[in-house]
Amino acid sequence: MSAMEFAKEIDLRNLPCPMPVVKISKGIKEVAVGQVVKAVTTDPGALTDFPAWAKTSGHQILETEEAGGEVSFFIKRLK
Amino acid sequence: MDAGLTEQLEELRARVESLEQGGQENKLSMVVFSGDLDRALASFIIATGAAAMGMEVMMFFTFWGTPLLRDPKKSAPGKDMMGTMFGAMLPKGAPAAKLSKMHFGGLGTRMMQGLMAQKNVASLPQMIDLAAELGVRICICDLSMSLMGFTRQEMLDYPDLLYCGVATFLEQAMGSKVQLFI
Repeated sequence: MSAMEFAKEIDLRNLPCPMPVVKISKGIKEVAVGQVVKAVTTDPGALTDFPAWAKTSGHQILETEEAGGEVSFFIKRLK
Repeated sequence: MDAGLTEQLEELRARVESLEQGGQENKLSMVVFSGDLDRALASFIIATGAAAMGMEVMMFFTFWGTPLLRDPKKSAPGKDMMGTMFGAMLPKGAPAAKLSKMHFGGLGTRMMQGLMAQKNVASLPQMIDLAAELGVRICICDLSMSLMGFTRQEMLDYPDLLYCGVATFLEQAMGSKVQLFI
């Protein structure tokens, strides 16, 4: 388990495409620039979709964890 | 460095950046030609995904895509014979859209809708609401409206709705990085 700190956790479990990306794009705005959100998804497509979303929207994925069918992303809001 | 020079440098930098992008902005322009449920769903998934990725999105509904935006709760009395016929034969809004394959007289489409609900996939009307919430712009082809005899009063109350022609679509498409025809 990582001990990465985050300001807010966003539950995206059981949401299929395009909802994880739609909701994280809103959710990231709920923390201040420089803060980290933890997003938990069960969508296997998120593993490639989140890096693509982060790249185009200008945020940074600090860490990705996979465990028990869930993928957690630690994303730093950069703007 | 004096202020004037800094200003000129900034302006030049902006112009180089715009040239590098080929005059295209971070926009998606999409033609929704099909009224099929599957194609319409794909259109809205791409549109909402693009909006989530920070793109400005415009969807242009034409031909068979037009009746997807009829409001099932509204009626439009006083149409001529052809208009009444088109109105009766084309799906009355997104909830009535059919699959392009395996419709099987309605059975296949209902099964797909059941499966989508079970797997937590948003329905087409829900996707339209989501698109509205994310600021996706919708343009409806005026020619299709008049060909099929639709009136504006029977269309959905969508926040960013415009009735337009091909030039509006092309003007948007020219400045868009991504253009799609579905």
